[in-house]
Amino acid sequence: MSALQTGSTTAADGTPPDLARRFDDTIARDQRIEPRDWMPEGYRRTLIRQVAQHAHSEIIGMQPEGEWITRAPSLRRKAILFAKVQDEAGHGLYLYSAAETLGADRADLTERLIEGRQKYSSIFNYPTVSFADVGVIGWFVDGAAICNQVPLCRSSYGPYARAMVRICKEESFHQRQGYELLMTMMRGTDAQREMVQDAVNRWWWPSLMMFGPPDDSSPNSAQSMAWKIKRHSNDELRRRFVDMTVPQAEKLGVTLPDPELRWNEELGRHDFGTPDWDELMRVIKGDGPCNAERIERRRTAHEEGAWVREAAAAHAAKQADRKKNGAVA
Amino acid sequence: MTATAPATAALALGDDALVLSHRLGEWAGHAPVLEEEVALANIALDLLGQARVLLSMAGDEDELAYLREERAFRNLQLVEQPNGDFAHTIARQLYFSTYQQLLYTELAAGDGPFAPLAAKAVKEVAYHRDHAEQWTLRLGDGTELSQERMQQACDALWRFTGEMFQPVEGLDADWADMETRWLESMTDVLGRATLTVPEGPRSGAWSAGAGRQGLHTEPFGRMLAEMQHLHRSHPGASW
Repeated sequence: MSALQTGSTTAADGTPPDLARRFDDTIARDQRIEPRDWMPEGYRRTLIRQVAQHAHSEIIGMQPEGEWITRAPSLRRKAILFAKVQDEAGHGLYLYSAAETLGADRADLTERLIEGRQKYSSIFNYPTVSFADVGVIGWFVDGAAICNQVPLCRSSYGPYARAMVRICKEESFHQRQGYELLMTMMRGTDAQREMVQDAVNRWWWPSLMMFGPPDDSSPNSAQSMAWKIKRHSNDELRRRFVDMTVPQAEKLGVTLPDPELRWNEELGRHDFGTPDWDELMRVIKGDGPCNAERIERRRTAHEEGAWVREAAAAHAAKQADRKKNGAVA
Repeated sequence: MTATAPATAALALGDDALVLSHRLGEWAGHAPVLEEEVALANIALDLLGQARVLLSMAGDEDELAYLREERAFRNLQLVEQPNGDFAHTIARQLYFSTYQQLLYTELAAGDGPFAPLAAKAVKEVAYHRDHAEQWTLRLGDGTELSQERMQQACDALWRFTGEMFQPVEGLDADWADMETRWLESMTDVLGRATLTVPEGPRSGAWSAGAGRQGLHTEPFGRMLAEMQHLHRSHPGASW
């Protein structure tokens, strides 16, 4: 076992060593940490950050596709979009619940999101400018999410892993639907085929960036992997995504916008070009194409909904009072 | 075009569901709490499902949804009203889902062409009505501000409620009795929500029943422009 794996979890802060040892053992035996178990403060903080950002991504991720609900070109596609956006809100709810088992508070996490103190996936800062984007988001973005999330079904924190099992089932359904939309469009008119290729060109690199910075500049990764919160490195997951996607692109009849992309016989995987990491850093820091709009929309919904939440709380309090008084009388 | 009676009725009911579903879709990403993102999308999806069955009874669902102009739509003016604030959306839901529950219960009990659809839809509609009722109670009997907004919403939409009970050709229902029961239900729910039952006319813009004749309010054209734009831009394309 590496120094990293033992050194940072055992107690230097006065925690009884048997608790720390039990935690380390649980991780080592690939068993689950549950909400009432002792856990190192760093583990708790890292998980709250990751789960909250995951929840925020689901919620912000409703926007780029939600844009097209009112313009979906057939009733069938409209129904699919409604169901997908509804699923995303549901995923956000599961994940906020998982974060709450770690002692976080949903209202506080929402504040952090709209104040820009917590992040969400960089991908949702790109605009959806044609209906083909809806299909490409299903294919690439949900595809990348699946690569990321399937291993998280074995994450060491129980509530997170269980949320992932439910979420992954729905995500793979969305991914197939997105791909099927693109298939239908590719069999359609020239204009539809152009829309698909254009969308692929715009979303390819941002999708590769969803896996995060390269391993040599991903400071939290090693600890997260030691704690088995994460199971694979960013670069490893990115490679898997490329290997999975290339044959799908061929079948669809689109090209991926990377002149360096080719099969490497020796390594048994694809070589591909380097994403523009400066762009990723700009987007993460808030300077992507839609960062301001996405947060503003979330903030507006939250602020304009305040009176509704206050009414619900006031009504619940009145009901509780009536019940109490009724019980006394 | 002279449509047969079931087609006329299918369009009336189908357009109601289609248009209200669309309005609810405008809430995506804007709801006051996450639970309402889920609930409003859920209701919208139920309504869209109903619309697809009903429009398919009258013709091709996409042609009917995307290629008719404003004057050919047969929905109630109530369902095309803009979302407004959350109270307006809830008042619209309360008025409409109560009506839909009464109508579908009758249709489900009969042996007409709409009985199978109504039998399934009536379960969904019961949920929609319960959702609207619960929110009417929370907003009406919540804070001073929420009560004021809920009352304003009920008042503003009241004038569109009369047209729901104009008989629709091809639908076998006791319209007068439904209206009585609808009014009783409103008196009950609004009363429990500490709200006043509005007193104004219920004749709608133009006149009661105008929506069913294809006479709509101004916001509807803009709604259709958005809904139909992409479909119309690519004639003959499949999606």
